[in-house]
Amino acid sequence: MTSVTENMVSQGGGARKSFIAQNPSVLWFLLALALFTLGVTVLSEATGSGVISTSFVKTLGKTLCLCLVAICMDVVWGYCGILSLGHMAFFGIGGYAIGQWLMYARTEIIVTQSLSAAAIPPTDQEVVDAIGTQIFGVVGSSEFPMIWAFSDSLFLQLLMVIAVPGLLALVFGWLAFRSRVTGVYLSILTQAMTLALSLYLFQNDSGLRGNNGLSGLQNIPGFEETSQATLSIVFFWAAALALGLGYVLFAWVTSGKMGSVVRGIRDDEARVRFLGYHVESFKLFVFTITAVVAGIAGALYYPQAGIINPAEIAPIASIYLAVWVAIGGRGRLYGAVIGAAFVSLLSSWFTGGSAPDINLGFYVVKWTDWWLVLLGFSFVAVTLFAPKGIGGLFDLIMIKRTPDRQGDYGPSEGAKRAEEGSVDVEDVK
Amino acid sequence: MLRPLLAFLVLVLMGVSAPAQAQELQTILQSHADEVAKPGRKSVGVVIDNLIASGLPQVPVFLQNWQGRSVVRDEATGLFYYDKPLRDVDSGAEVDLGDVKLKAVKPNGGVRKVIGAALVQFQLSDPDISRRIDALDAIARSPDADQIGPLEASIDGESDAGVLARKEVLVGMLKARYGATTEDRVAAIEQLDGSLSLDARATLNQILTTKAGVAETVPESVNVARILTPGDDIAKVEAYGRLVDEGFAPARISNAAIKEALAANIEGGSVAGIPVHDLNTLERRLEAYTRLADQGVVPPAVTDERAAEILAQYTFYEAYTETDAAVTTAAETVLASIETSVAVNQTADLALDALSLASIYFLAAIGLAITFGVMGVINMAHGEFIMMGAYTGYVMQQIIPDYTLSLIVALPVAFAVTFGAGVAMERLVIRWLYHRPLETLLATFGISIALQQLAKNIFGTQARPLTSPGWLDGAWAINEVVSISYIRIAIFVLALIFLGLILFILNKTRLGLEVRAVTQNPGMAASMGINPDRINMLTFGLGSGIAGIAGVAIGLYAKVTSEMGADYIVQSFMTVVVGGVGNVWGTLAGASLIGVLQKGIEFLNPSNTLAAQTYMILFIILFIQFRPKGIVALKGRAAEA
Repeated sequence: MTSVTENMVSQGGGARKSFIAQNPSVLWFLLALALFTLGVTVLSEATGSGVISTSFVKTLGKTLCLCLVAICMDVVWGYCGILSLGHMAFFGIGGYAIGQWLMYARTEIIVTQSLSAAAIPPTDQEVVDAIGTQIFGVVGSSEFPMIWAFSDSLFLQLLMVIAVPGLLALVFGWLAFRSRVTGVYLSILTQAMTLALSLYLFQNDSGLRGNNGLSGLQNIPGFEETSQATLSIVFFWAAALALGLGYVLFAWVTSGKMGSVVRGIRDDEARVRFLGYHVESFKLFVFTITAVVAGIAGALYYPQAGIINPAEIAPIASIYLAVWVAIGGRGRLYGAVIGAAFVSLLSSWFTGGSAPDINLGFYVVKWTDWWLVLLGFSFVAVTLFAPKGIGGLFDLIMIKRTPDRQGDYGPSEGAKRAEEGSVDVEDVK
Repeated sequence: MLRPLLAFLVLVLMGVSAPAQAQELQTILQSHADEVAKPGRKSVGVVIDNLIASGLPQVPVFLQNWQGRSVVRDEATGLFYYDKPLRDVDSGAEVDLGDVKLKAVKPNGGVRKVIGAALVQFQLSDPDISRRIDALDAIARSPDADQIGPLEASIDGESDAGVLARKEVLVGMLKARYGATTEDRVAAIEQLDGSLSLDARATLNQILTTKAGVAETVPESVNVARILTPGDDIAKVEAYGRLVDEGFAPARISNAAIKEALAANIEGGSVAGIPVHDLNTLERRLEAYTRLADQGVVPPAVTDERAAEILAQYTFYEAYTETDAAVTTAAETVLASIETSVAVNQTADLALDALSLASIYFLAAIGLAITFGVMGVINMAHGEFIMMGAYTGYVMQQIIPDYTLSLIVALPVAFAVTFGAGVAMERLVIRWLYHRPLETLLATFGISIALQQLAKNIFGTQARPLTSPGWLDGAWAINEVVSISYIRIAIFVLALIFLGLILFILNKTRLGLEVRAVTQNPGMAASMGINPDRINMLTFGLGSGIAGIAGVAIGLYAKVTSEMGADYIVQSFMTVVVGGVGNVWGTLAGASLIGVLQKGIEFLNPSNTLAAQTYMILFIILFIQFRPKGIVALKGRAAEA
């Protein structure tokens, strides 16, 4: 396992090596993931000894999806320097897109069954109307909104999983990058986009059932007979496969010449532009492809979660995503995976009430109440004292010292000296 | 037959004797003893008329007691008294009859209503102004033609200007609806022009009530409001439905009814020769139904062509229930004119609303304008400082019971608390991250999460009230449409004060000079003997302190919860960014723009504030595309800072 910075050094040497040789961490990661998947499979209820309960298999599967979206966040933030607070929104959009088909197809099965009992066979329109009444009854409607136009087709809806986050990211990114919105401004802008989206979805007439969200997604149409235990392990495999592929994809994106340009943009956008690279295109590519993968991760997550509602898209979710990546270690893909897995599992352990309360004599610390306080402050501590996060520990273990260039994430010493004591250039633009 | 005659006689008698005031109430009551003791809805009118005609001052008192079921009758002598304590009806003095049998007079609901109506005219000239206003309210609630007389009669003696004006307006409205002649009514309607009151509009709308009608040719007698074209003004289905309701056309058979009819006629797996499994399209079903109709099993369906033909034969219209066309025309003209002025006033009201919203955003954002705009430090915990300020106000109210005093104490204390929190945060966290703005953002997020949860742990999840002092209750109503609550005025004033204060501090004081120097060139400032660390700390403290005061102000009109800060943080950043970073005037411009915009969108789509917020954020995102530096962009050397 080696760090990204070393890759840069090796490339600087001019020698072209194979992809794997450049990124040995990919091999290690895939190995670890394969072992983990095998272990869970062997211990699960459906395919093994049953040591791990179905619900925990689901939790693990969901965690893998979160790891995937954390990798996206890491690429866009840790490698490209765009602190996006919108990737959980893309994640949610992916969930909504697949949720539409799951809900439609399942309701169709139920409706067809109940209508087939009638004396006269139903017309297609009657079936659609009945499905509409079933789905939109909670928001006092029975009409299918435009947004559900493709919901009867799995293929088109899978296309939407990719297309909607991709297009949204493309349009938003194009607008933002072309007007040179950078740094904290861009973060706030992405947060505003996320807020707008979640507020929109909270409305009943948004066409996606308002704050009820989509539910019953754990029931896969066509697999009614299959037990949840089997479904959970299948989704776990799918999530593991997606995570593996995503890791390889982003290792490829962030290595080689393109990876260097992307990291260059992070460190000093203006210099990369002066070197003749079209910075906006690189940023737009990274922003869009990570949004697409985030959408796919969401599409794998929500059938395991079973329900999606607009609260999942609220800006705070994207902030937590940034927290995971920061704690895991930015600028290294495995750091994001470690951060997401560690913090999200720890979080569900603490908030799930299984963590033991601490009795201080005068006050009992209940972790359900105090976990967020701990998380908030430990996040501050990580930002202040360990900007490399947990991933930094690997550097310590490997006794690899990265050259100190004001942290991997700031401008070089020279650029910094010019700006001595003043605010960052990025910030004023 | 005899009774009206008798009543007339009595009336004449009383008309003669009333000026002399010789008669006693008891005497009149005795002359109608039975009707008083057992009043019926019909008979009671005569008694009341006679009582009123007597002009005795005791009459209203009696009517009230009568209505209130506190009149009793001595069964032996037949005399009436007030009960509890037993009093004479004329003198009102307590009497002691010893041990006699008393029977309560219990008028029923209908009778009490009649008495109440009679009482109105006494109440209209009651010396107590609140009784007069009550009476006017009663009339306005259930207007009636009979009330014109007493109301007009009471106008002469009215001493209070406000009540007099209301009486005149009310008479106008009653006359507009129930006036005797067309001229009277038109005149009264024209009098209503210029009035903004809801009552006036309600009166006009009542006159203009319409009823839907349909006929082959519109009858002459009908006062037509407008003719409806099926397909444009009225849906064709609905129009046909009206024809069916009126009996002009046969009912159409719905798809569901066709299905039922088919289901009822299944024979051996097929309907009229069409197999059942084929009946899964509307065309096939209609075909089967037509075959059934041909067999005479079911009534024939009305085809689309036939329905269109029938529709074309009839005229659909809306007719006024008021038959006098002159009246309705006058009412329409006046209503249109009133609605124009209402719209103008609503715009003014909306502008006031927008102004107050803008001042709230300004208050929430001004602290941020200093920390983010001037120092370039992004503080995501700013919203939590607002929340801390609001909770400080709440705690102060728990300690000091007097709301005015606690508010006066809360403002400086909130400033002190958040100033301290801001300084601590700057010292402990932010100063280590001055070169890493994205990480400042993240670290302050962490603090924001922790502070929110801490507040939840301390104060609980339910909203805490921050009660405003009594003198801030209520609203300043300029007219019936335009009004603004005193709290919002206070917040507006507070925002103005802070605008002035911050401009003063930044531009006129030593501290402001040093802040500007450190902002523009810390190295140079340091070499001039300014301590940049100290200035940064103080500036950050100032910005946070103002957030605390904003929190108290916001808490006064919104509920105090641990999440209230999060509601304002994005808006606050938007305000600063839209306005232009590094400029107090920019923040003012940003707050005004966002306030006006949000109220404007809410006005266009009042049912949906969520949509308003969504559209506003989208607008801001687009706005930043075209003016990335905000409304007030710094130019020249200052922009380089």
